[in-house]
Amino acid sequence: MANFSTNEIKSGFKVMVDGDPCTVLENEYVKPGKGQAFNRIKIRNLKTQRVIERTYKSGDVLDGADVVDMQLQYLYNDGTLWYFMDQESFEQSAADEAALGDSRLWIKEQDTCNVTLYNGIPLAVAPPNQVVLRVADTDPGLRGDTSTGGTKPATLETGAVVRVPLFVNIGELIKVDTRTVEYISRVKE
Amino acid sequence: MDWHPSSPLVVMQKRAEMLAQIRAFFASCGVLEVDTPVLSVAGATDPHIASFVTEYRPEGGEGRQCFYLHTSPEFPMKRLLAAGVGSIYQVCKVFRNGEQGRWHNPEFTLLEWYRVGFDHHALMDEMDALLAEVAGCGPALRVTYRDVFLQNTGLDPLEADIPEVREKALALGVVASLDSLEGIDRNGWLDLILTHRIVDTLGQNGRPTFVYDYPASQAAMAQVRPGPPAVAERFEVYLGGVELANGFHELRDPKEQRKRLEADREERHRMGLPLIPLDERLLDALSHGLPPCAGVALGIDRLLMAVTGATSIDAVLAFPVGRA
Repeated sequence: MANFSTNEIKSGFKVMVDGDPCTVLENEYVKPGKGQAFNRIKIRNLKTQRVIERTYKSGDVLDGADVVDMQLQYLYNDGTLWYFMDQESFEQSAADEAALGDSRLWIKEQDTCNVTLYNGIPLAVAPPNQVVLRVADTDPGLRGDTSTGGTKPATLETGAVVRVPLFVNIGELIKVDTRTVEYISRVKE
Repeated sequence: MDWHPSSPLVVMQKRAEMLAQIRAFFASCGVLEVDTPVLSVAGATDPHIASFVTEYRPEGGEGRQCFYLHTSPEFPMKRLLAAGVGSIYQVCKVFRNGEQGRWHNPEFTLLEWYRVGFDHHALMDEMDALLAEVAGCGPALRVTYRDVFLQNTGLDPLEADIPEVREKALALGVVASLDSLEGIDRNGWLDLILTHRIVDTLGQNGRPTFVYDYPASQAAMAQVRPGPPAVAERFEVYLGGVELANGFHELRDPKEQRKRLEADREERHRMGLPLIPLDERLLDALSHGLPPCAGVALGIDRLLMAVTGATSIDAVLAFPVGRA
């Protein structure tokens, strides 16, 4: 894996810090007029998702992290692992619960997900930005009420809970933004 | 490849207006504008400043000579002072290799001025008046280097030994572990604490902060006032958490000056950096006699950033190095 000097590191670079793969959010060059030059680097640990800051002497070298993002199709879950497939090579990868995180509440078989691979193993899985899911449970709908602002919780087929308008009924399909966990619209079958 | 300027027209107009105000300010106090060469056979010896190097080639090819692009006009301006020209100022481009970032461009504009008969306090008074005039700043706050550390971190930067300074940097969360920054000296650790935990608090609400009386180990070209504890008669100007200027009650002793330049050379040797010829013409001028004076260098681009609210130096430069 390539190494990077702190002078060339830009946001988006993947580097190893404290033995964990991290993505660089910000790199600021700090240099007093009379004094040593430093780089103050803000990074997100891709395992824990924690944002931390590190300062290095300007010109110090960090190891690159073998991290790539790939669009993979979700196949199935065997109870412990979630299986994904590269639709070009048909190669499969298995992600554990830690890699899935909350994403398991959003994905359905055959969805295409952004999977972050570290040394070839899924480190994080992001669901599609918008998903269409069936409402599994919610209070009975108020017929005709399509305008007023009230909402109620609805549990979706995958387990996610979203606030939906009062007119939404059990069994209907709805479109949801997974980044904001917000209802977008009903979807006709 | 983008051919467009990276700063808007209003900022270019503001720069022109500011330079006109600066010239009017110094004309009204009788300070002479001077012009010294960008090329010099000697360069900055400071181990933390890297010079651009170029070569003069006479037509015919014989007698090639190495020249350094100046990193500040300090040395030739001091030769003018020693020659008796009186108080002087200069606005010029200076060049520092490798320095690029949100607050740095490898070539930038300095306003440097020297006042005969002033000490660093009198020069701070004048800096205050200039910043009020050209940047609309409120009256500056003044705090010693020691007090600004004590108030913000509880550390005494003049008395604490290296392990104590390092432990403080660790306790303040400036560094995650001590081994991540091997080989940093005491001044480096103080710089880390200053830049990471103190400067953000300085120069707020449109009032600059002047930090003065630095550790003797950071004297650079300033006089050291004997202690205990001894301090360097040096000051820095901060506005909006950003370092704008650095000034000295100037060192006049040629022997002490040579000693400091040679110490820089030894440090460069130790760090494996290129050795820079000492400026013998400066040392000769000091031997002839530098009048008692104070001098300061102010970064015009950063002042323009503060005045226009720019968050990157590229926004106040027509063509930063990435578009040069």
